[in-house]
Amino acid sequence: MLLTLVVAHLALACALPAVAARSTRAAFGLAAVPPAVTLGWALAMAPQALGGQGVTQSIAWAPALHLHFHVRLDALALVMIVLVSGLGAVILAYSAFYFGRRSADAARTSALLVFFAGAMLGLVVADDLLTLYVFWELTSIASFLLVGQSGLHRANRRAAVQALLVTVFGGLSMLLGFVLVGESAGTYRISEIVAAPPTGGAVTAGIVLILLGALTKSAQAPFHPWLPAAMAAPTPVSGYLHAASMVKAGVFLVARLSPAFASSAEWWLPLVVLGLTTMLIGGWRALGATDLKRLLAFGTVSQLGFLMVLFAVGGRLAAVAGAALLLAHGLFKATLFLVVGTVDKVTGTRECGSLSGLGRAMPGLAAASVLAAASMAGIPPLLGFIAKEAAFEAFQLEGDARGWIVLAGLVVGSILTVAYSARFLWGAFATKPGVDVVAPKKASPGLVVPLWITSLAGLVLGLIAPLVAPLIEAYGNGLPSRDAEEAGYHLALWHGWNLALALSGVALLGGLLLHAGRRQVEALTRALHHPVSAQRGYELVVSGIERVAVLVTGRLQAGSLPFYLAAVLLMVLALPGVGLVAGWAWPADAPVVHQWMQIPLGIVVVVAALALVRAHRRFTAVLLVGAVGYGIGGLFIVDGAPDLALAQFLVETLAVVAFVFVLRRLPAHFTERRRPRRSVQIRKGILASVAGITVAVFGLVLSGARTAPTTASDEFVRLAPEAGATNVISAILVDFRALDTVGEITVLLVAAAGTASLVLATRYDRRRKSRVTRSGSGTPDHEKEVLG
Amino acid sequence: MTPTPEARVPWDRWDAPAEDWMLSGDCLVGTERTLLLELAARILFPTVLVFSLYLLLVGHYGPGGGFSGGLVAGLAFVLRHIAGGRSEGPEIGARIKVRPPVLVGLGLGVAVVTALVPAAFGSPVLSSAKFAFDVPLLGHIEIVTSLALDIGVYLLIIGVVLDLLRSLGSGIERDAREAAAAENAGEAT
Repeated sequence: MLLTLVVAHLALACALPAVAARSTRAAFGLAAVPPAVTLGWALAMAPQALGGQGVTQSIAWAPALHLHFHVRLDALALVMIVLVSGLGAVILAYSAFYFGRRSADAARTSALLVFFAGAMLGLVVADDLLTLYVFWELTSIASFLLVGQSGLHRANRRAAVQALLVTVFGGLSMLLGFVLVGESAGTYRISEIVAAPPTGGAVTAGIVLILLGALTKSAQAPFHPWLPAAMAAPTPVSGYLHAASMVKAGVFLVARLSPAFASSAEWWLPLVVLGLTTMLIGGWRALGATDLKRLLAFGTVSQLGFLMVLFAVGGRLAAVAGAALLLAHGLFKATLFLVVGTVDKVTGTRECGSLSGLGRAMPGLAAASVLAAASMAGIPPLLGFIAKEAAFEAFQLEGDARGWIVLAGLVVGSILTVAYSARFLWGAFATKPGVDVVAPKKASPGLVVPLWITSLAGLVLGLIAPLVAPLIEAYGNGLPSRDAEEAGYHLALWHGWNLALALSGVALLGGLLLHAGRRQVEALTRALHHPVSAQRGYELVVSGIERVAVLVTGRLQAGSLPFYLAAVLLMVLALPGVGLVAGWAWPADAPVVHQWMQIPLGIVVVVAALALVRAHRRFTAVLLVGAVGYGIGGLFIVDGAPDLALAQFLVETLAVVAFVFVLRRLPAHFTERRRPRRSVQIRKGILASVAGITVAVFGLVLSGARTAPTTASDEFVRLAPEAGATNVISAILVDFRALDTVGEITVLLVAAAGTASLVLATRYDRRRKSRVTRSGSGTPDHEKEVLG
Repeated sequence: MTPTPEARVPWDRWDAPAEDWMLSGDCLVGTERTLLLELAARILFPTVLVFSLYLLLVGHYGPGGGFSGGLVAGLAFVLRHIAGGRSEGPEIGARIKVRPPVLVGLGLGVAVVTALVPAAFGSPVLSSAKFAFDVPLLGHIEIVTSLALDIGVYLLIIGVVLDLLRSLGSGIERDAREAAAAENAGEAT
């Protein structure tokens, strides 16, 4: 059922553009159905998922390679499904009203959003590292396309490419890590790896590589700048991908693997350090943002750092707090993004400096925002408060140096969180002196109802926390507790007068004070905006790679045919040549001559080759190359390989014809005016002879290096009639090694297409139904364009 | 034979072919035309094509196969091109109006489909089956499904050769012609 749901998402994505052509609203409405169904199904399955083994399903993908799609619905997956599918359904419904009826982007966006929802669903239920990787990259691709939009705007393109480069870089290193860990563990099943974590040097390297994937995907410092940049996407897309679900994938991965690796320092140390840094940097940058969406993006970065820390340490209470915060963050951040979308829609701006008096004009919207922002700031009785309390409690109970340092970091981060929550409300709704009061258009109910749903959900879940606690705590219950107090902690609004409550109060007061002094803080963020920022680092890396590429290409693609040939030959000498010398084995039974006919043929080949070196006219050289080829074909016949000889003769003929065609446009002689220098000739001669001799020795040595030749050949001969061919060569080509044949003809296709485009590219004019569309190459306009 | 008065042929047309059985299509430049080659191409072309089909079919039992067959057919087209086929790619085969890339793609398509079809019947990809039946006159005939793969290779190779003719043959001819025209124009001004 799980996999069916995933496939249903992907299948619907294919059908949606056709629906959107008739009605964009219907398309988004339809798109909301699979996530809604998934949520309903997952909640119905909750008792099984929370108890014991969870709901599992497997489908063989490529059994011969031990590849399977393993999926499993357990406590963590259930929490993530609430985010992915629940918020997905709400945001897709909102999108139906956000995108205009004639929006050109709606068809693509609706299909991509539901595709993304399917991929994300696959990711969170994956129980196999490689399955997880496949869906992981699918979400990256969906994000790239959704951020890039139509590709018409430079900002979209740059943001999309940055998001793709960073996340796919992380994804690829994560794949390496998966392979290292999976091979060490002997299985790629996540549940089995968690049950019996592998150890060793390879696993440590694998862990670091996996963390790279998690850190990039969840926009942790120093990879975070892609997330604020990705805000170039439409607001519902940002709210869904870059706040509620996709960016949680990294956190989710950490949560998935924490039970296995949390005890090792190379797992928790980088995560805790980078997580705390990210929380502080994100919070601080949010205080300097004037664009509401950017503010929220930096807030997301900050909260992702918080989540990272909570899941990295692998303790029960921290994990419980993490799961609660995961849920709370999804609900309040989705609400706030939808609020920004609505504000943008009705006023046409989302700049703090241009919005004024909106709170009075739209009190309903403001109320929903206050609820969400209060949850973000950790004010009772909202879900965010409960999560934050549990987080403080967890690190306070830890009691050691790590616990206190992390606790201090979290409190500072929470102060910043309160400050930017207040800043958001102030920026969107406050009446600011000196700014004209905006006159918003009327918002349709479709733009308001969805955000009320998520906003109220945060409140209700906070109020009935003890009721939903089993769902949220189930993931943490699988993790070890330090003492009875930690094991006995349950999510609730009131835990008495304790340190955590005091710290919440400190965070609230500090944050409000920080907001009160916002003028100074803003000035400070601008003053502290150091030139050595992460974004600048990204740009330097990308431009550096480009520069190196230009350098290398300039050196290697020198435009000289002898240079290319020398490079190829030197490579042959350096790699297989060294291997040849290292594994030297002269064949024991290598007779010089089998049959007397080989002698004259050999002489013909050698003489033609030597004469070729002395040829001055190109045409002579071509004919001599043909002679060499025919001579070798003759040798094939003598050795009893008529198939090979036939192919050799035909190819040789064709090659000569092709050469002659080309020769028409080349000078008749190799060197028209001056002879090349002697030293150059000698160098070329030495290289050519060494390479030639190496290849010849190769042939000899390899023919003697067979370990199990006869059995394989005999098998081919025995089976050939069964394959319907008495000609064993043919049987090999089209039956036993048919995959090779398909590969080879594909290479031929590519080569033919390459040649044709090289020769014809400059003058490709389309001809369709006797109408000729000139490509315009060669015209004065084109020349001007090319020359700049 | 002396022409009758009512169908008098000008003296400079006496040696023109009386029937339209030479190569169809125009020749690039009249002076480059050789009658002997055209005649040889006219006679050899169909024969070589039939031979290439023979090679394709006989591949399972003797030397030949899709690769050799395709090359032989391709060489037939090369002969035709040299003898004065029209300069544009699609018309190289006179009446065969197919663009070489289409043929190449068709060949690969046939090969890939052949590879995948067994999967639909639950066998591994690229496995082959043998069908045997009796036909009057021809006797017992066995057809192996892997022949389709060979046909794909055959088509692809022909396409590659035609593409070669289009790019290296006609393409370079056109380059040369345009270069010459540009030179003439330069001299004229």
